[in-house]
Amino acid sequence: MQALRSKARELLATKTVQVIIGYARGGGGRARAVFVREAAKADALVFDDSCQQNLAVYLSKPEVRKLGKAALVATPAALRAILQLAAENQIAEGELLALAVGADDVVPLTTFAAIEAHVAARDGDWSAAEKEELHKYEAMGLEERRRFWEEQFSRCLKCYACRAACPLCYCTRCTVECNQPQWIPVPAHDLGNLEWNVMRAMHLAGRCVDCGDCGRACPVNIPLHLLNRRLIREVFTVFGSRSGRSAKGDNALSTFKPNDPEDFIQ
Amino acid sequence: MNSMEKDTRLIGREALAKLFAQWLGEGRRILAPRRNGDKVDFAEVETPGEVSLDPVQTGQSPKGALFPRVEELFSFPSRDGRVELRERDLAALKPTVVFGLRPCDAAALAALAAIFNWDSADALFSARLAALTTVGVACNRCDEYCFCTSLGGGPGATTGSDILLTDMGGGEYLAEVISEKGRQAIQGAGTLFQPALGKDKESRLARVEKAFDLDKVKPALEALFDDEAFWVEQSLRCLGCGACAYVCPTCACFDIQDENGRRLRCWDSCGFGLFTLHTSGHNPRPLQSQRWRQRLMHKFAYMPERQSVLGCVGCGRCSRACPVDMNILEHLRAVAEAKP
Repeated sequence: MQALRSKARELLATKTVQVIIGYARGGGGRARAVFVREAAKADALVFDDSCQQNLAVYLSKPEVRKLGKAALVATPAALRAILQLAAENQIAEGELLALAVGADDVVPLTTFAAIEAHVAARDGDWSAAEKEELHKYEAMGLEERRRFWEEQFSRCLKCYACRAACPLCYCTRCTVECNQPQWIPVPAHDLGNLEWNVMRAMHLAGRCVDCGDCGRACPVNIPLHLLNRRLIREVFTVFGSRSGRSAKGDNALSTFKPNDPEDFIQ
Repeated sequence: MNSMEKDTRLIGREALAKLFAQWLGEGRRILAPRRNGDKVDFAEVETPGEVSLDPVQTGQSPKGALFPRVEELFSFPSRDGRVELRERDLAALKPTVVFGLRPCDAAALAALAAIFNWDSADALFSARLAALTTVGVACNRCDEYCFCTSLGGGPGATTGSDILLTDMGGGEYLAEVISEKGRQAIQGAGTLFQPALGKDKESRLARVEKAFDLDKVKPALEALFDDEAFWVEQSLRCLGCGACAYVCPTCACFDIQDENGRRLRCWDSCGFGLFTLHTSGHNPRPLQSQRWRQRLMHKFAYMPERQSVLGCVGCGRCSRACPVDMNILEHLRAVAEAKP
């Protein structure tokens, strides 16, 4: 934590960046995002297990962008989000630097190539518990799965916290806001909730960086990450690719290639 | 008993179960905090055993009993080019007891009613309210997000409750019968109660410290309205979701949607980018900082001015639910202490 604070002080004092997007102590044992703009305030920064929010979500917020060049305190998921945002042309090389915080050091990553190398060197698989959870879900029959999601989505309030918390949900006009025609029913009834959540999962297929913030943000605890993980597994099985590993655009589901093996697309 | 005297009695847990049975027998449904996994929220129950009063607050407010997240206002089926207008059958709304709501939630009913019955009475809301009886439970615990006392409420406040229970320990509740609806809800159940014998709830109540001076908030908000830097600073980490509005017991903004010949009223939130977006494409509040300002202004300046009631009761749900730890109490303190 001291290494992080002194690096933050240095970056601000030398005007290398204008803002450190990091974590500070929040309420109820939680950590919260903080936007440090003065070296003297760098001591507000913390980093521990409570720092889970994917701060890359703020890279597309207009008020945050206006603060200037940022150094982003990055969890592994935030690093993946940065790469995916770069791959989708949402951020450009040199616009920010990432601070990867280790046990007692902090590694500034100033280029996308450096972030790619950092991510590749530490890329891991899901934990045993996470695999078990996904396995249990996949073991359900189709009918059982339908009932499972019907029950889960029956609680959905359509507050869109999942969308707001997602670093890859940066569309300035989401499909649910296109109302001529209304593609997705607005009401939080069974059909509206099913269409919203399935549409969102499909839009993130091959793009989701698996930070889990959608599920963490949900005020009614819908395990949305299960949908995303199922699709991550599917995309990896079919296309051999995982999002958030490269800053070069090659999304499995939204890249057209003239030599695509499927003839329906040609 | 002198009719002016407070009607205070005692009721035990077993007698409470009989009271639940009486309400069900009278055709009422009972909504109460019920555990579902990690969350406790208002749901239909039949016995006190299903009720969970452990958490300081439920995740969601009980406002859905009066203002469901989706409700049909009327329908207009068409056949052979003719449109028929079908009103809702208000008499068919089931009489409801909301049991176990906290004094802050009970106080919130006045704020909801002030909005829905502001210029003209909302028929559906009013019918639901008329069919609603509130049996509150005083708070014997609070947490860092509670601030009812800063807004004139309190952990044992009776406003909005038809009956208020206070857990006196040992399976015994002090029951204060507040209103005519409360009296009706225990009609014929006199034998279930014992005399209160001078028992007092005060020692059982949570201590909720005053956190700011409410008198300073409205003038400060008005003075800060154009202070863009203040609002940007206050809302930098806000992501613009509707979680705060949707768990709020007083947020009453709604959106109207027509769907298959039905006109639906759906919850809406001032946090959304589409909220008040004009047909021309102009948005009076294009930035999140302006939407956050609107949230505070509406609750603490516009509603007191127009409806003579605060749009907040200090339940703290928005702060607990916020995915990025926006804490309304901190923001109100910042407003009250700001030097514009």
